Amino acid sequence: MTSRAIALRIVPVELLAARRPQRMVERSVMFYRHAWLILVSGFFEPLLYLLSVQVGFSSLIGEVTYDGVSYDYAEFVAPALMAAAAMNGAIFDATGNVFEKLRHSKLYDTVLATPMTASDVALGEIMGAVTRGSLYSIAFVITMWAMGLVGSPLIVLAVPACVLIGFAFASVGMAFTTYMRSWSDLEYINAVTLPLLLFSATFYPLSAYGGWSWIVYFSPLYHGVVIVRGCNLGVLEWSMLGNMAVLLGLSWVGLRFTARRIDGLLLT
Amino acid sequence: MSDAVIIASDLRKQFDNFVAVDGIDFEVRPGESFGFLGPNGAGKTSTMRMIGCVSPITSGSLTVFGLDPNVDGSEIRSRMGVVPQSDQLDPELTVAENLLIYGRYFDISRSECRRRTVELLDFVQLSDRANDQVDPLSGGMKRRLTIARSLINEPELLLLDEPTTGLDPQARHVLWDRLYRLKQRGVTLVLTTHYMDEAEQLCDRLVVMDEGRIAAEGSPRNLIDRYSTREVLELRFAIGENDANAATLEGIGERCELLPDRILIYDDDGEEALGEVHRRGVDPVASLVRRSSLEDVFLRLTGRALVD
Amino acid sequence: MSTPTAVRVWENHLLRYRKIWGSHLLGAFVQPVLYLVGMGLGVGALVDRSTDSIVLLDGITYFEFLAPALLATTAMMSGGQTSLWEVADGFIWSHRYVAMASTPLRPREIADGLALWHTTRIALAVTAVAGVLALFDETRTWGLLVAIPAAVLTGLAFALPISAWSSTRKNGSSFPAVIRFALIPMFLFGGAFFPIDQLPEWLQPVAYVTPLWHGIELCRGAVIPSVDAGPVAVHVAVLLAYAVVGLLACRATFAKALRP
Ligand SMILES: Nc1ncnc2c1ncn2[C@@H]1O[C@H](COP(=O)(O)OP(=O)(O)OP(=O)(O)O)[C@@H](O)[C@H]1O
Ligand SMILES: [Mg+2]
Repeated sequence: MTSRAIALRIVPVELLAARRPQRMVERSVMFYRHAWLILVSGFFEPLLYLLSVQVGFSSLIGEVTYDGVSYDYAEFVAPALMAAAAMNGAIFDATGNVFEKLRHSKLYDTVLATPMTASDVALGEIMGAVTRGSLYSIAFVITMWAMGLVGSPLIVLAVPACVLIGFAFASVGMAFTTYMRSWSDLEYINAVTLPLLLFSATFYPLSAYGGWSWIVYFSPLYHGVVIVRGCNLGVLEWSMLGNMAVLLGLSWVGLRFTARRIDGLLLT
Repeated sequence: MSDAVIIASDLRKQFDNFVAVDGIDFEVRPGESFGFLGPNGAGKTSTMRMIGCVSPITSGSLTVFGLDPNVDGSEIRSRMGVVPQSDQLDPELTVAENLLIYGRYFDISRSECRRRTVELLDFVQLSDRANDQVDPLSGGMKRRLTIARSLINEPELLLLDEPTTGLDPQARHVLWDRLYRLKQRGVTLVLTTHYMDEAEQLCDRLVVMDEGRIAAEGSPRNLIDRYSTREVLELRFAIGENDANAATLEGIGERCELLPDRILIYDDDGEEALGEVHRRGVDPVASLVRRSSLEDVFLRLTGRALVD
Repeated sequence: MSTPTAVRVWENHLLRYRKIWGSHLLGAFVQPVLYLVGMGLGVGALVDRSTDSIVLLDGITYFEFLAPALLATTAMMSGGQTSLWEVADGFIWSHRYVAMASTPLRPREIADGLALWHTTRIALAVTAVAGVLALFDETRTWGLLVAIPAAVLTGLAFALPISAWSSTRKNGSSFPAVIRFALIPMFLFGGAFFPIDQLPEWLQPVAYVTPLWHGIELCRGAVIPSVDAGPVAVHVAVLLAYAVVGLLACRATFAKALRP
């Protein structure tokens, strides 16, 4: 099979119409060059969560047992917060920000008057969200290191893992945005991300859920948390391939929906 | 084989069950300046968007540069410049950046984009605002920036949807001059407008659209000859007396048009018609004889005054 | 007798709220439930297992510690958010207040009406949370009825000063920063999730200045009998001070914006 034929099988056909999605990223870079404060402030929230765990919960809780080994609580939660930050950042970028450009500033209408295609727009915006997210992930790892929360050098692998998490949630978020009617629809996003944040084995081990733990498997964030946590604790397992597959699958579904809908939405 | 830049035949556009463009035929030849006139909602923008390959056609056929918008949309758009009805500038970027990034969408190299940006900002007299945000610009400045933006890829075909709406008279004349120069360089212009003087100034040929159909086609001069008389007599009456007087004026001239604020009488000899008005004992508050213009053609064809 | 002016303004807000009350109350209800279950029960299980926590939490369970605080945090979030975009909307997007100001209503009456409306809306959200707390044995006490007004006052201590500030904005670009740099830090560090004694020494005075901490202390003391709320009069005085100064500021900024 030629590589193009293989590509045709895995990439949603519509997205092959993309020619230069990187131009959308270029535009974001141009914007953030004078709005760097906005870029920097995006890292503030995850940092606060991390600090609150370090300052508050650590002394309340002390140690947790995970996979039979005892860990400092902050060291246990920090990687999960890193995964959650990747999710939140990506979703925020792909929903609110994209909606603004779609309905209000009409940026995409402008872009489509050029040789760029609707697929360029979709893929480009997802790439933008992922790029921005990776910057935050790197900053997060550095902060964890400074706070003494890094357990293993394998933590550097958490950065690509967060790219994958960001990609998955950006694609799904983007797909959701194509269905958004008004700003108040953003409430639904909160209604999904908060439970994901709280119930993805983020703040306590899966065992705490007892008989309910099977539900947690349905949280895509959980699969991200498992990988990132594994990286920080220095334990990589084959089963993580399964976790990665879940995230890849989610990305694919999100892309597919986005690609299907974006043409009809932008080209009326 | 025709060398026309745009060929549309039986072109239709339907939104859900509303027909915006209802089977129109036209051709635009290279280097020509072609206009769409018509009242609000006539389907001008819908047509322009189909030509711009951002709106799939419902039925009929359309080729631009001999290519099919459905298949080669990207290729067509790369050779075309578009000034949309609403500016749609990027509010998050500065004036210069708006042009730079727009050029990048065309895959023009960064240094070339920079060079053209400087040149175009000068062309539309915005050089001193290059590093400002676009939001605080005045409406006319935004319009000029949009026009500059449409030229960044040195297009062969320029689509202008109401290019001078919102401009002050001086800015309009500057813009007409710029468009005229582009035309001299061989750029094909397609534009819509609500200003008849603009259409007379800029268009070699134009069509009048109404309710999604083409009501007439020709050069401005030709349309006036065909659809109007040589002269027009305009009469104004005191408020509320229009209707009563209209009945008395019946039969004067070739045709009579009753507008909310005045009565127009079409006749090749306006003075002669005015004489007849007086003979019938009608005494208007004000009267004026003038040459026919496109405005009269528009009125005749669409039954509507220009300003709704 | 004619309807008091502030009530007329209040009615206008009510009219608009009728379209969104569902999602507002659902949000006010669901979020605390999620935090209660996710943090109160989940993290609570870990906390209560550790011996240190008994000392740190003064002998109450983590659930008992967190649950009443959610009354105050909900009030803060509800009051904070409505006083950003919604208030600015009246001035810069829909020009609702500008339209009102061209009727016989005076700017200060519009401000008073808004204050009345904030009170209503915060009270609705807080009551929803109280309803949730009433479902759990640990927090089903008569003290909830005392905690409701305390939480409403906390909400006003945020809503009124923020409204005054929003009314001076030309656009909404700085609003996310308020949430990110003011509300969320208070939410996380203001004493809801862990006692502020755990903060570094230099940060503790900051917590004492924020209205949220006072509100949380009041609510916790009211709902959990074994907790001592400390100087209740001081807590109430601080919250009142924020609310009253906020209201006066609103009257002034509204007048400035509407009668320039
Ligand atoms: N996306 C759309 N969905 C549904 N109807 C539309 C859409 N776009 C345009 N229309 C309808 O098509 C008709 C023609 O609109 P169009 O914008 O082409 O008019 P126009 O001639 O450009 O008018 P104007 O002079 O006001 O700009 C209008 O009745 C409009 O409501
Ligand atoms: Mg139009």
